[in-house]
Amino acid sequence: MTANNNLIKELVNQYGRDRTSLMPILQGVVEQNNYISDVDMTEIAKELDLSAAQVFGTATFYAFLDTVPRGRFVIRVCKTITCDMHGKKLIIQTLEDMLKIKVGETTQDKKFSLLETNCLGWCHKGPSMLINHDVYSELTPEKVQKIIAEYIHK
Amino acid sequence: MSEFLKRVDLIFGEYSDQKYKTLEKTVKRPTEDIIKDVLDSGLRGRGGAGFPTAMKWKFAMEQPGDEKYVICNADEGEPGTFKDREILTKVPRKVFAGMAICGKVIGAKKGYMYLRGEYRYLLPDLLKEIEEYEKTAKGLGIDFSIEIRMGSGAYICGEESALFESMEGKRGEPRNKPPYPTIAGYLSKPTVINNVETFVNVLMICRIGPVKYKKLGTLDSRGSKVFSVSGDTPKAGIYELELGMALEKFVEEFGDGDTKAVQVGGASGFCVPRKKFKDTIIGFEGVPTGGSMMIFNSSRSMYNVLHNYLDFFEEESCGQCTPCRVGCQQLRIGIEAVKRGDKPINYLEQLMKLSETMKITAKCGLGQSVANSFSSIVNNFKEEMIY
Amino acid sequence: MTKEINLKIDGIDVSVDDGTTILNAATKANIHIPTLCYHEDLCVAGNCRVCVVEQKGSKNLIASCAMPVSEGMEIFTNTGKVRLARKHIIELLLSEHNADCTKCYKNGNCELQMHASEMLTGEPMFIDLAHTRKYTIDKYNMAIIKDDSRCIRCQRCVRTCEELQSVSALDVAYRGNHMKISTFFEHPLFEVVCTNCGQCVNRCPTGALIERNYVDQVWDAIYDPTKHVVVQTAPAVRVALGEALGMPAGKIVTGKMVAALKRLGFDSVLDTDFTADLTIIEEGHELLSRLKRVLVDKDPTVALPMATSCSPGWIKFIEHTFPEYLPNLSTCKSPQQMFGALAKTYYAQKRNLDPKNIVSISIMPCTAKKFEANRREMRSSGYNDVDYVLTTRELGIMIRQAGLDFESLPDEHCDSIMGSSTGAAVIFGTTGGVMEAALRTAYEIVTGREVPFEGINVTPVRGTEGEVREASILINKTLPEWNFLEGVELKCVVANGLAYAKKVMQSVKDGTGNYHFIEIMACPGGCLGGGGQPIPTNREIRSKRKAAIYEEDMGMPIRKSHENPEVAEIYKDFLGTPLGHKSHELLHTHYTPRKRY
Ligand SMILES: Cc1cc2nc3c(=O)[nH]c(=O)nc-3n(C[C@H](O)[C@H](O)[C@H](O)COP(=O)(O)O)c2cc1C
Ligand code: SF4
Ligand code: SF4
Ligand code: SF4
Ligand code: SF4
Ligand code: FES
Ligand code: FES
Repeated sequence: MTANNNLIKELVNQYGRDRTSLMPILQGVVEQNNYISDVDMTEIAKELDLSAAQVFGTATFYAFLDTVPRGRFVIRVCKTITCDMHGKKLIIQTLEDMLKIKVGETTQDKKFSLLETNCLGWCHKGPSMLINHDVYSELTPEKVQKIIAEYIHK
Repeated sequence: MSEFLKRVDLIFGEYSDQKYKTLEKTVKRPTEDIIKDVLDSGLRGRGGAGFPTAMKWKFAMEQPGDEKYVICNADEGEPGTFKDREILTKVPRKVFAGMAICGKVIGAKKGYMYLRGEYRYLLPDLLKEIEEYEKTAKGLGIDFSIEIRMGSGAYICGEESALFESMEGKRGEPRNKPPYPTIAGYLSKPTVINNVETFVNVLMICRIGPVKYKKLGTLDSRGSKVFSVSGDTPKAGIYELELGMALEKFVEEFGDGDTKAVQVGGASGFCVPRKKFKDTIIGFEGVPTGGSMMIFNSSRSMYNVLHNYLDFFEEESCGQCTPCRVGCQQLRIGIEAVKRGDKPINYLEQLMKLSETMKITAKCGLGQSVANSFSSIVNNFKEEMIY
Repeated sequence: MTKEINLKIDGIDVSVDDGTTILNAATKANIHIPTLCYHEDLCVAGNCRVCVVEQKGSKNLIASCAMPVSEGMEIFTNTGKVRLARKHIIELLLSEHNADCTKCYKNGNCELQMHASEMLTGEPMFIDLAHTRKYTIDKYNMAIIKDDSRCIRCQRCVRTCEELQSVSALDVAYRGNHMKISTFFEHPLFEVVCTNCGQCVNRCPTGALIERNYVDQVWDAIYDPTKHVVVQTAPAVRVALGEALGMPAGKIVTGKMVAALKRLGFDSVLDTDFTADLTIIEEGHELLSRLKRVLVDKDPTVALPMATSCSPGWIKFIEHTFPEYLPNLSTCKSPQQMFGALAKTYYAQKRNLDPKNIVSISIMPCTAKKFEANRREMRSSGYNDVDYVLTTRELGIMIRQAGLDFESLPDEHCDSIMGSSTGAAVIFGTTGGVMEAALRTAYEIVTGREVPFEGINVTPVRGTEGEVREASILINKTLPEWNFLEGVELKCVVANGLAYAKKVMQSVKDGTGNYHFIEIMACPGGCLGGGGQPIPTNREIRSKRKAAIYEEDMGMPIRKSHENPEVAEIYKDFLGTPLGHKSHELLHTHYTPRKRY
């Protein structure tokens, strides 16, 4: 049994085999692996007696349930209006320059993925972004450089 | 702060329900009294639609059976809204107490909070507070437990029936209504779903009584409201204000002196241009808002604003119904085409009609409300759409 | 007692039961409201929104398919507001749509096209989105083609696959502008759990899900003078083909169908009924032999209950979903494949033909049979036992192409050698039919008497839709060689639609279902509701086809498989005994476990 199978078994034991557990299980897999692979999905389908297409259909509905491999740190920059007005473009540019990837991509070392997202609920302090669960607001290029420098060493 | 804008300190201050004292007092009262207080208070939901809270609870209460649910909608995803986050950060206890009162009133034993994935960092503290709550509840003999379910980045899951679908492990596609949640909600059982702020308001009504509560706000819009102010303002942030104020006063207080327009109620709300500030009332009798107030000054292109909103809807639409899925895309590429000159100016009229169709035919509130910002921006800033 | 609700639709007073939708109430008042996502067999989705109507006093329009009536309601189905909204919606769908109708298989038979033509859509109202999209076309499957560029996302297919078939090979994926109908990870259909049942194809309103058609290949074979083209037709085709040619549902058109096939130029028009009878002989003996090995020989390797194997959608389903029960499947091939194997052996011998020059065609109510004919195991004659499988719909197309006036054709009879049929074979086309036919024969083998039912109608096993039907038959006064069955209560179960098949198998698995013999048909109602049948197919139409099938059975001079004279002849001349060496080689098969997810 692979490590992932174990993870899914654990999650299923924790949350149960009912379809209502599907979201927490998918979230648990993303928490651990940063994305949900096809193998994971078939395993989850088996445990919950769903079809694999149903698991796939559900996962792809949610922006945070990635179904393609992502880096250890997923950066999501808010692109909604207030953040956009307050310099989101510059933030993206700074991140792209630092990480040498474009929006939607993952660094070679699988450490960072750079994505855009919709309003994070920090509009009064835009531009803002999430790195995994943590929020960073009132961003400036300098601030971003400092934050990312710290993550690079994590 | 100007004398016209009364700051209120009900939601965050007044009384933080230390040790759940109001809950303790309230659960000892007869259910009918509680619901009567909520009814008398005139409280309407704070999630946007403004449905009278007492009515909702009454419908659920009247349903037979004891498998019922209380759900707190903490999916706050409307652009420009961040007041629920603040409430959950500062006074989560009041939210859980409000939910427990609802549980007692409708006869539910189980409550859930659906927390948006973007607020995942709040989870540890919220869980700690739930532990605290459960301890208290046990002591008070309240048979009502609370659990948190996380969203995963889907604005539409704030729509109540999509939220149920999501909790049931499905795609967040809104359901047909009827049946309404109070008859068949989560797991098709009677369910009361309220916004975070609504639950706090109930608690405060129980605390100060409907008479005192009613003194706040206007006839149609009772009580106070937590506003999230953002955009071109030196005072961006969270403010608790009375409902029913004139937009003009609001701009006076929060604008930067060069305010061209205010988007009231987020991307799905209305854009009010300067010339209408004076006649616009913030509240259910005028322009309602879930709290989002986005201020734009004259340096902003309203085309860009609209384009940004349309982008948002296009992505966040669940995609199931035709008018919304395709309509959102057509509106966006339509204004692009007019801007580029690929479509004649009168194509905007065509798009206005389309947005009207979306409003009257879309399956849920998302598709129905795209026309709000679309028509209010296109109507008021037509030149900016063209040149 | 349901309450009566009174309402007004377009000024007409209508009274309907409480809970009725506005759409159905309007139908009752003979008012037609356009629909796309609505289908009688499925739960209400309410997502296309073309069915919107205006309600007095309400600003927003309402989806009539999803809204129940209420007392005093006033509905208007044809106001200016409604018309513009509907037109917008159809225009929006078209803007996403690859609408080159002349290249589309559904041209002339498409619900979207029909609405568009009713609305006189001219110049597109909105900007074309279709050409900015990368739509996928999955044409790698033997039975079904899925073309996303023609999909209107009504989710009928998704609901079909989930609600009727409990397969969910298709689901909705992604969101918003990217939302689409997808298999697991967008794999081609042949790589996933799809059973090829075609129920989704039958319900798809557009050309997004269609059968792979072999019309041209069949014409080519017919025109090729070096080929001898034999055609077999399944029992369910003859009660539905008329619908594809403009006749009302429930007409038996056996004679006209045979006449048409002869005029199309097939060299020999034969009957799957013949091998249906053969299936009964083989399967009946297989059941009795399994019972004997279990009850007398106490052989632990023999699997009971035994399940029927004539529905290829069901076969693929069990291969994916309950592979541990493959030994329980009867090893009998389906009648189509028995026919194919015999066409290129027995028939070739009798008619003195070189099997390599025989082209064997079958007309089926079924898309899964297209897949079945292409299975590797199905070459026991040394050739493809069946070369091309056409659905009832494709035969309808050929008849129209040939310019035949179907309704005025005279009745003709099938050719002989593998052309004779019995009532037992006819009822293969409906749920419970195989069970009934098998019982008519097996009971008589064991007791020497006819089944103890009036008119040999074994009504307890006549399945109905939407249920699992259980029945048991007491065997007594057996013939001496079968006395081990004396007093045995033969427990049978009949299910149609894979959702119910799944229920049966689960009950077998958890021990609550205790049976000897299981009949499963993958499609609702059995083959008469097959995925290859004329569109529309719905509950009402199926029940008419079903009545026609039983009517045909009652009208047959011979109603028991073992009395089919050609069947007796083939055992005498060619096969030897049931379950004998030759049968084993040509008429039986084996199954392959497949991955569940
Ligand atoms: C697209 C859409 C998004 C919504 N998002 C939220 C939300 O994030 N939070 C919320 O409380 N209500 C939201 N609502 C409103 C809910 O459907 C529901 O009306 C509300 O939770 C009821 O609570 P209330 O009566 O306390 O306002 C949304 C509605 C729509 C149509
Ligand atoms: S209006 Fe939009 S979000 Fe609502 S059901 Fe329709 S497609 Fe989904
Ligand atoms: S699916 Fe219908 S509308 Fe689309 S191309 Fe085919 S026939 Fe035309
Ligand atoms: S053919 Fe049958 S199993 Fe396959 S997708 Fe269609 S309905 Fe589902
Ligand atoms: S494939 Fe056909 S049935 Fe399925 S959603 Fe598309 S148009 Fe509807
Ligand atoms: S607009 Fe960026 S956080 Fe709200
Ligand atoms: S037919 Fe009613 S919404 Fe599609």
